[in-house]
Amino acid sequence: MTSVTDAPGTPLPFSRSRSGRTIVGRAIGWLRVNLFASISSTIVTLLLLFGLAKAAAGLVQWAFWNAVWSVPGSDTSACRAVHGLGACWAVIPEKLRFILFGTYPFDQQWRPALAMLAFMALFCVSSRRKWWRKELVLVWAAALTLIGLLMWGGIFGMPFVSQDRWGGLPVTLILATFGLALGFPLGIVVALGRRSKLPAIRSLSVLYVELIRGVPLISLLFMASVMFPLFMPDGVNVDKLLRAQVAFVLFAGAYLAEVIRGGLQAVPRGQHDAADALGLSYWKKNGLIILPQAIRHVIPPLVNTFIAFFKDTSLVLIIGIFDLLTTAKTAIIDPAWQSFSVEVYLFVALIYFAFCFAMSRYSARLEARDGPKAR
Amino acid sequence: MTTSNPAPPPPRRIGISLKDRQFAGLFWQIVVVGITVAIVAWLWSNTVHNLSVRRISTGFAFLGREAGMPIADTWIPYSPKDPYLRAFIVGLANTLRVAVIGIVLATVLGTIIGVARLSSNWLLSRLAAVYVEVLRDIPLLLQLLFWYVLMQGLPAARAAWKPIEGVFLSNRGMILPSVPIEAGQLWVIGAAVIGLIAFHVVRKQLTARQLLDGQPRRIWPYALALVIGLPMLTSLALGVSWTITKPELRGFNFVGGLTLAPEYFALLIALVTYTSAFIAEIVRSGIQSVHRGQWDAAMALGLRRGFVLQHIVMPQALRVIIPPMTSQYLNLTKNSSLAVAVGYQDIVSIANTTLNQTGQAIEAIAIIMLVFLTISLGISLFMNWYNARIALVER
Repeated sequence: MTSVTDAPGTPLPFSRSRSGRTIVGRAIGWLRVNLFASISSTIVTLLLLFGLAKAAAGLVQWAFWNAVWSVPGSDTSACRAVHGLGACWAVIPEKLRFILFGTYPFDQQWRPALAMLAFMALFCVSSRRKWWRKELVLVWAAALTLIGLLMWGGIFGMPFVSQDRWGGLPVTLILATFGLALGFPLGIVVALGRRSKLPAIRSLSVLYVELIRGVPLISLLFMASVMFPLFMPDGVNVDKLLRAQVAFVLFAGAYLAEVIRGGLQAVPRGQHDAADALGLSYWKKNGLIILPQAIRHVIPPLVNTFIAFFKDTSLVLIIGIFDLLTTAKTAIIDPAWQSFSVEVYLFVALIYFAFCFAMSRYSARLEARDGPKAR
Repeated sequence: MTTSNPAPPPPRRIGISLKDRQFAGLFWQIVVVGITVAIVAWLWSNTVHNLSVRRISTGFAFLGREAGMPIADTWIPYSPKDPYLRAFIVGLANTLRVAVIGIVLATVLGTIIGVARLSSNWLLSRLAAVYVEVLRDIPLLLQLLFWYVLMQGLPAARAAWKPIEGVFLSNRGMILPSVPIEAGQLWVIGAAVIGLIAFHVVRKQLTARQLLDGQPRRIWPYALALVIGLPMLTSLALGVSWTITKPELRGFNFVGGLTLAPEYFALLIALVTYTSAFIAEIVRSGIQSVHRGQWDAAMALGLRRGFVLQHIVMPQALRVIIPPMTSQYLNLTKNSSLAVAVGYQDIVSIANTTLNQTGQAIEAIAIIMLVFLTISLGISLFMNWYNARIALVER
């Protein structure tokens, strides 16, 4: 009979009667239901506990017990002594400012730091549903201008810093944010184009989406870095970062277009008919009636696309742009710290994880509140 | 505009006005196509001009020239004296080697993790959830570099780890025992494939006959004869020897066996673990989409949970699973292009080297795009065919 109680989510019949008792009784009840419900479940639990204990012991030893937290200057002999047995976290404070800001002039690094804060504030403001109004577009424009001013400088007594000195986390945030901010309207236009009744516009949209989605992002980045200069007329020299940014906008546009198209398909036919009956023009119909509903339908997949896109910005490493991952990889070229790349990668992984996990929790919350199952 | 209309439509003004739908449609199409053509023509003329200024020849004639590029890890014979065309074919083979094996392993691992997430065992489902969250929220390129660094941190060949007898793990990669494949073995493999196909046909006919008269028929003698007997007979007839060569450490390196280079191994691990996290979520949501009543009914019949999952829930879940799974397979294949970051020479890496050696950017990137568009199309076609096969047949 144990197999019947194994069904997912089925509480054991006696779990309720026990839940009214003492905390210990309840705890035992919980353990019986969730960890030791059957013989096979007990075996799995014990095996997992054994494996977990072993892994945790090894990890604690490496990451904490044997770890070296700081070394005098760049003298890494203490780290080398424990290499393989303990982590050398001293590499993080030593290289932190390089990892975060790259080769940005050292005494000016408060500017990218402020720009990063501006990004975070922008994200926080944009995540509040209450504030999803037209004014938000102005807030975005203002924030992005402020970030541009901070990064370039050249006025208000801030010395000018050209793009090739930018690096680290601000570059990652710039690539991701501008890519999405510009890719989103592009995606909307392409999604509408793909559903258009006009054959020429429809086939151009299909061609664009399928071409971009059919090839790896790297090949688009190669294209941006090697072929883009060939496309430009004489004398026009576009910066490498800007070229990569263009590639990202095109990439994001294609992927977002497909998500938005899904949303457009979910809007009932009657909404179109009603809008037509009111005599609204094509743009008014879509802007006021169809698109708001369509985008509402696909907010969770949109956030998931944002996450994927945020991670994909790391690919600029391959064409030599100094984003967060590239600065991390460069930081450990330093001979003194060469053998401690695992620590640096773990640290950078934590930063990426923090951003993506926050977004993924956010998406899950939206789904729980507005998703198809909530209504 | 046919004459059978009872009331003729009001005479239409042939308005040259954007308010007229048909005219507006035509007008906007001409505008958009015109702008697109103008942009493409502008880019094209710039490119032609730039190419002539920089004296870069165009065309694919360079494919016949000597590549002079060393490729470390190949399954196809290759030397730097071979032409570029051969280098590209080797690169394509390397891409497919990662993609095909990666897809198989990621599917298996992802399904296991996805089912584990739904386990009634709290610890198991929590661990699976942590696995999924962690791997999904860290960039693949970072994971790839991480695995590669770990591979390089493994002991040298002389102090290699031996997890199982005959398997060595060192900074030279993973070395496995292997069976040298010669002509004889290929015949036996061919016989096994023919046996499997024949068995499939026989089984279908037996099932059809059983449906007619209700008499159960034994199937295992056919399986034994066709799937095992036929290859064995072929092997005996040809006198093929099946010696397993175990790798041995001689001097500073290994002799014999199958070597998975560290670059290949790191790329494979990264792709498989990363994609498996996404596949796990697809499998989980697919299983959850099957109505609870199906579980309850099957359980009420007294069936075991594993049996219900395999024979009742999974076949229904597959209908939900296949389309998103297709895009994961495509993603894995496209992501294999990150190989260039660790120096595994896949098609993208080889095209990139070619581009740097010859300056023929347009041709090299065109080859990459063509290859990936073809692979994408192939996977899509296959998965669509499979999807149509298992789709719900409404009666």
